[in-house]
Amino acid sequence: MSTAALTYLFVGLTFALYIGIAIWARARSTSEFYVAGAHVHPVLNGMATAADWMSAASFISMAGIIAFAGYDGSVYLMGWTGGYVLLALLLAPYLRKFGQFTVPDFIGERYYSKTARMVAVLCLLIVSFTYVAGQMRGVGIVFSRFLEVDINTGVFAGMGIVFLYAVLGGMKGITYTQVAQYCVLIFAYMVPAIFIALLLTGSPVPQLGLGGTLVDGSGLTVLEKLDRTLVDLGFAAYTDGSKSTMDVFAITAALMIGTAGLPHVIVRFFTVPKASDARISAGYALVFIAILYTTAPAVAAFARLNFVDTVQNTAYEATPEWFKNWEDTGLIAWIDKNADGRIQYSAGNALEGGAPVYREDRGTNGERLVVNAPTDNANEVYVDRDIMVLANPEIAALPGWVIALVAAGGLAAALSTAAGLLLVISTSISHDLMKKTLFGTLTERQELLAARLSAAVAVIIAGFFGIYPPAFVAQVVAFAFGLAAASLFPAIFLGIFVKSVNREGAIAGMLAGMGFTWVYIAWFKFWAPEMNVAANWWFGISPEGIGFIGMLINFAVAFIVARFTAKTPAEIRQMVDSIRLPSTG
Amino acid sequence: MEQTKRNKDYWRANVALLIKLLLVWFAVSFGAGILFADFLNRFVVLGFPVGFWFAQQGSIYVFVILIFIYVFRMRTIDRRFGVSDEDQA
Repeated sequence: MSTAALTYLFVGLTFALYIGIAIWARARSTSEFYVAGAHVHPVLNGMATAADWMSAASFISMAGIIAFAGYDGSVYLMGWTGGYVLLALLLAPYLRKFGQFTVPDFIGERYYSKTARMVAVLCLLIVSFTYVAGQMRGVGIVFSRFLEVDINTGVFAGMGIVFLYAVLGGMKGITYTQVAQYCVLIFAYMVPAIFIALLLTGSPVPQLGLGGTLVDGSGLTVLEKLDRTLVDLGFAAYTDGSKSTMDVFAITAALMIGTAGLPHVIVRFFTVPKASDARISAGYALVFIAILYTTAPAVAAFARLNFVDTVQNTAYEATPEWFKNWEDTGLIAWIDKNADGRIQYSAGNALEGGAPVYREDRGTNGERLVVNAPTDNANEVYVDRDIMVLANPEIAALPGWVIALVAAGGLAAALSTAAGLLLVISTSISHDLMKKTLFGTLTERQELLAARLSAAVAVIIAGFFGIYPPAFVAQVVAFAFGLAAASLFPAIFLGIFVKSVNREGAIAGMLAGMGFTWVYIAWFKFWAPEMNVAANWWFGISPEGIGFIGMLINFAVAFIVARFTAKTPAEIRQMVDSIRLPSTG
Repeated sequence: MEQTKRNKDYWRANVALLIKLLLVWFAVSFGAGILFADFLNRFVVLGFPVGFWFAQQGSIYVFVILIFIYVFRMRTIDRRFGVSDEDQA
């Protein structure tokens, strides 16, 4: 079978599986819709959490980012796993013991205030919509590349399937499809990684292969060869960073804390039966995540090495098929600056103005010409980072079924995360906004209907963002983590660990943390992007890492305001006492 | 009163454990992986500069181990103070 036919087959089979699960796991009550009836086994919840968490960005982009950033890419590896330690130790068991449906539920009850609940809903919506836009776009990109359909058609197909299982099944349907999606995505990620590790280092374990010796006869280890090759081409050494230590510290901290504060991740721990299950389930989740996250740096290093080896000084006509394929999708471009017909790759941007804008005609070697003016450095190659995972099987000349598998895996990663996000969005609207704030008289059936309707509307909005991606999507991912770190995490943490923090303190803290972080990021990203250089950053912290400072501000404001306002009421103190104990009564 | 004291002691034991584990969490990621990475990179073990290994591999393994230590230690502490939820539905 051809690769395209195999891809249709794999994607079709996995989609049929997801739809089957959706029909089997229909939700019949709000409790099933919001938290799957709190009956999910901790291991299954761990898998579902891993799929929920690992998005199109983890599956497609992360290894690519690390491939091009080297050591600096570590911020994502540590940041997006270290957060689970915070979640398991500081939040998950207590929130499970509290035992309601949503994150704003906890903040609203603990701080005895509808205002606090609304601030939490606002944070949740900003964080989740930011995130979901990227997922739908990811679905579209995978479709367009592997199935050769229009990106918009891909987005519609993704919307259709998420609509089915999110609206029908709610959390129950999402949980069991996420378990299936985890299996698909991890298999799809590991198979090419193992193949490539074997090809390059002779080791079938990518994690060991990363430190292994190359089988090309050079006697060098993977990392030595990479360091030498990259330094020769004018890049920084792979194992050294170019970011400042302060910035790496702050970004890692913001990502860790932001991870622990993301509503769609937290809410997964409401679905297990008991507080002790929430602890161990976080452990399982991190095991399942770590399998991919420790493989990603190996994939990154292998891919970068393969890429340089394949293109450097190769005549354009002699490049493999994938080079031309990805040129057609706009993710790679070559501009023959020295007119020798060969590709030269080195440090620096090859084109003025970033991404290539293609012309209709082709150059003398058959390459696609671009409108962009060449820069005055020697680099002739523009390459999009996302290529690294998607094209890796092709770059390593792996068989067609592996390529088809990667397509199915990328879709599983994007769909599972999109569904989890849509669920917390719809829940916060039907439960926190409608039932708990505006229309307290809603019956169970009406609330369930409202939940399904809000899920439907959220799917449509997410699809709209997928088809018309706001130009700033890539820019605002920092927002999601920064805001979660500066607003939701401190409010929940203080709510559990510090009884003296009261309504006034929490609200002021959330608003101060969120406001500060928002203004800092917006200033450097939108209002004055030309100012976005290290010299202008406070304490040398980039917008990606500022959520860490936002969190400190939140803590400080919460303590100071709580000190000078009315004490936390006795019944709330009792509630905190009871959530600190795993047993009931 | 008995119960209140028991609950207070339980919470203190819990927080003491948390602090120990979070110190390790900080040491492997922010310590070995970031602040001391340049220094540790002078040593190469099994093909990895040590600081780079902590940043891209080691810290993640330690995170997993920390959560499981927490789970098992807490199970004991819960039982010791009679607040375990293991037997509850």
